[in-house]
Amino acid sequence: MTAAAAGGRRAVPLGWRVARLVQRRVETSTAQTLVLSVPDWPGHLPGQHVDVRLTAPDGYQAARSYSLAGPADGDRIALTVQRVPDGEVSPYLTDAWVEGDPVEVRGPVGGWFVWRPAQTAPVLLVAGGSGVVPLMAMVRARRAAGSRTPFRLIYSVRTPADVIYADELRTRARDDPGLDVAYVYTRQAPDGWRGEPHRIGLADVNTYGWPAELEPLCYVCGPTGFVETVADLLVGLGHQTRRVRTERFGPTG
Amino acid sequence: MTEMSYLDGNMLDGPLRELFAVDLSTATGRCASCGMVGPMAGLRVYAHAPGLVGRCPACAEVMVRLVRAPDRAWLDLRGITYLQVPMPTVEPFPRPL
Ligand SMILES: Cc1cc2nc3c(=O)[nH]c(=O)nc-3n(C[C@H](O)[C@H](O)[C@H](O)COP(=O)(O)OP(=O)(O)OC[C@H]3O[C@@H](n4cnc5c(N)ncnc54)[C@H](O)[C@@H]3O)c2cc1C
Ligand SMILES: [Zn+2]
Repeated sequence: MTAAAAGGRRAVPLGWRVARLVQRRVETSTAQTLVLSVPDWPGHLPGQHVDVRLTAPDGYQAARSYSLAGPADGDRIALTVQRVPDGEVSPYLTDAWVEGDPVEVRGPVGGWFVWRPAQTAPVLLVAGGSGVVPLMAMVRARRAAGSRTPFRLIYSVRTPADVIYADELRTRARDDPGLDVAYVYTRQAPDGWRGEPHRIGLADVNTYGWPAELEPLCYVCGPTGFVETVADLLVGLGHQTRRVRTERFGPTG
Repeated sequence: MTEMSYLDGNMLDGPLRELFAVDLSTATGRCASCGMVGPMAGLRVYAHAPGLVGRCPACAEVMVRLVRAPDRAWLDLRGITYLQVPMPTVEPFPRPL
């Protein structure tokens, strides 16, 4: 089945399936990409997510959502997980989970926060921290499909060392025609970056985004407060609410 | 609980797909309280309450509440007057066998 077909609906309610860790890639000091093998994975669309469920020996269960980081490769999917220091699930996935160990996965889910390669409207992606994960899935899918849809990504991070997918973004900004990448640093900017570290604001969205008249599709993803701020800015700049799609990852940055 | 402690309706996709065969994140719902019509994905979801509580982004009233126990689920939809679900185009006429 193609990813496009599978991203739609299926005839049966969705259950949990057992996934195993195949490979782990360190992205930053707090984020890792985990490659999972999920038997009979049906494919998915960029922007969709899975729920991951852990079961303790005493039967206690905890489930969290994680975005799919790129296109499926047969039975393999990739998630990029940022460790939340006092968290229940993310420290297990990034520090304790060893290759071959099972977790349960339910998905793919989500039909709203997705980008389909057949779409041609310009796209603005705005990411805060690990919110870049589903947006990177869109960037990768765009290239894989040979799409010429113009994409702009604004990526807010604390410091240059917190940029997830740093090398790949550098290469893609150079080699993927029609893809622009701009960074906003909140705590420490690299040498030569114009301006002082700051939280994303109107000037950033205005400078690096698309004018509302072009009717772009905007995808905003990150911590809840970040998404709130950016979505309000975009609507304030005249973007229609229904063209501003959001995915909130949770409490803070 | 802080003001910012909600997620959005996207996170209901998984839990609701345990009950429904279709993905409801692209469905639109009408708020029984204020009449706003919008996507399920646009709800504000509070996951700290017992279960999942989806509130209207316009008036903050509860539109949907889902509580899951190991052997059952409670789905309270009294805050929604209707759900409109996109469906694949129906075959124009049953084909002969
Ligand atoms: C649709 C969706 C997609 C997501 N995709 C990703 C993804 O691709 N990568 C990823 O790393 N995360 C993603 N998340 C966030 C993820 O689901 C978890 O919330 C996160 O990993 C924290 O879980 P935890 O069990 O470690 O922490 P918890 O035990 O839930 O929380 C521990 C503490 O951290 C706070 N906290 C909870 N969540 C966050 C957060 N996201 N950031 C900062 N503080 C938090 C809590 O308030 C609490 O104080 C996604 C969330 C949603 C709803
Ligand atoms: Zn309402």
